[in-house]
Amino acid sequence: MTAAVTASPTIARADLVSTRSPGRRRGRAGLPGYVFVAPGFLAYGLVVLWPALQALVMSFQQYKLRKGLASPFIGWANYARAIQDPVVLRSFANSAFYVLVTVPPQLIIGLVLAILLDKAMPARTFFRVLFYLPVITSWVVVSLLFKWLFATDDGVFNWILTSIGLVSHNVDWLGQRWTAMLAVSLLGIWKGVGWSMLILLASLAGVSEDLHEAAAIDGAGTWRRFLYVTLPHIRGTVVTITILLVMGGLNVFPSILLMTGGGPADATQVPLTYIYKQAFTFLDFGYGAALSYLLAFFVVVISLLQYGAAKLVERRSE
Amino acid sequence: MIVQRRRTRSLGLASRYLILALGAVVLVTPFAFMVSVSLKGRTMLLEVPPRLFFKNPTLDNYVTAWTSNQFGQYFVNSLGVAVATTVLTLLLSSMMAYGFARFRFRGRGAMFTVLILGMSIPGMLLIVPQFLLAKDLQLLNSLPGLLPFYVGGSLAFNTFLLRAFFERIPRELDEAMEIDGAGPWRRYWNLALPLARPALATTAIFTFLGSWDEFAWALTVINDVEKRTLPIGIALFTAEHGTQWGLVFAASVIAVTPVILVYILFQRQIISGLTNGAIKS
Repeated sequence: MTAAVTASPTIARADLVSTRSPGRRRGRAGLPGYVFVAPGFLAYGLVVLWPALQALVMSFQQYKLRKGLASPFIGWANYARAIQDPVVLRSFANSAFYVLVTVPPQLIIGLVLAILLDKAMPARTFFRVLFYLPVITSWVVVSLLFKWLFATDDGVFNWILTSIGLVSHNVDWLGQRWTAMLAVSLLGIWKGVGWSMLILLASLAGVSEDLHEAAAIDGAGTWRRFLYVTLPHIRGTVVTITILLVMGGLNVFPSILLMTGGGPADATQVPLTYIYKQAFTFLDFGYGAALSYLLAFFVVVISLLQYGAAKLVERRSE
Repeated sequence: MIVQRRRTRSLGLASRYLILALGAVVLVTPFAFMVSVSLKGRTMLLEVPPRLFFKNPTLDNYVTAWTSNQFGQYFVNSLGVAVATTVLTLLLSSMMAYGFARFRFRGRGAMFTVLILGMSIPGMLLIVPQFLLAKDLQLLNSLPGLLPFYVGGSLAFNTFLLRAFFERIPRELDEAMEIDGAGPWRRYWNLALPLARPALATTAIFTFLGSWDEFAWALTVINDVEKRTLPIGIALFTAEHGTQWGLVFAASVIAVTPVILVYILFQRQIISGLTNGAIKS
């Protein structure tokens, strides 16, 4: 409220200026713009845009690595092969499992932590920093650490489970498909919770204190205040976080590569590890590129669907 | 009434701390084991169950990892690559952001849209054609050869963040400097950059962390043992030497410590930078 009042004079002045010279306010014309943008944009074009286009072309080729050999165009053959490849289907199923198991807990635990740490209290900064530590820790380090924790015979996790009597004998966590996916998912949750917490904290900081007090005076309890005051305010952030978490989940890579290597017998492949294997173990660059575009297509479609669903819910609740 | 309210509030505070403490234990335990194992002598490693606390901790693993297993070299490699990436990225993306925020030119909208769309390209899609590009440019198996790809990969996001920040700097300041005869370059260097220092610090930290931790690309293009960065150094050491966990975790602690120190030192900065970004988007 107060911020808007103090800000209004400057806004008024800005409006005056803009009505006088609308063109100038949008920026100056000419060469300097290019000079500032060109170096970065050329670098970006060379190492991102050009390779992205090249990958698209490659996905329609039977790509030959050796110099001098022509790479024949084979139409949609790489894509057709992908659809029939059982490992492709399995890798998408595995990443769907990973997304379903990791995204809701990251959101919910992240939100609980954010709410607990939103109000001033002793040691608040300490907890905020602590919960964010796994986020900034290297994927390689935490993947190896969890591989060690989930080891079968001398693993800490099995030792904890057997000593509290949850299992009678050691579980071969990383040696079977679903237990391995679960172990990798637990790592994903452990590492990601702090990230959603921090973004949600930023969003919660913008919730109006006055509105909360007004609702409290009207007799709304904690839960109703959360539902009708807090939730509408943070909804946009929750949608954004969900889309980004799903995107990240579909792109899971180092943890799978280092904890299971996609094995045993391709049982725990996810799209990225399988693409990597096709490209750099089998050197089948054309097929790898087709798989990459297939994944990119899925990621975009799923993101758009989530975005559309969020819009629909928003409209319905208004 | 008031008394009762205070009692429920303190009860709330107690349960709040209880939940937070529980979370903290789950969070810290893996780290605690990492540090604990890195301090164990050879014989104690075979112990089942592994003890978190024990007598006679030793720094032997750290000495061995740093000297005879070249993790000192990897540390220097990673540091050089991360610092160079950060400086180059900041320079290029702040220039781009300033150009987009302050000048009008043909194709501006299209270029910015392409930049934003590029952010959704998964890195793995690029890794194959980038590998061929690096081969053509003779950048394979070279530490400086990592830079174009690390910088290129982080340009879009940083430009996006910095442009939003530059646009909030009042144009009146630019105009005042222009009247005093300052050209575009001086307005960028002496006005926009100093005012954007908080945003620059945030992007610097995240760019540094990103290249310090980068794994897939370095794994793909670096062959020589002495050119490894820390992430691939640790991963490949584990692959080559089976399960010398004491050494692996000592190297891990070496890799993680600078990051954690940077984070703790700049955490206020990072949180406010993220907050600005989050509100913007």
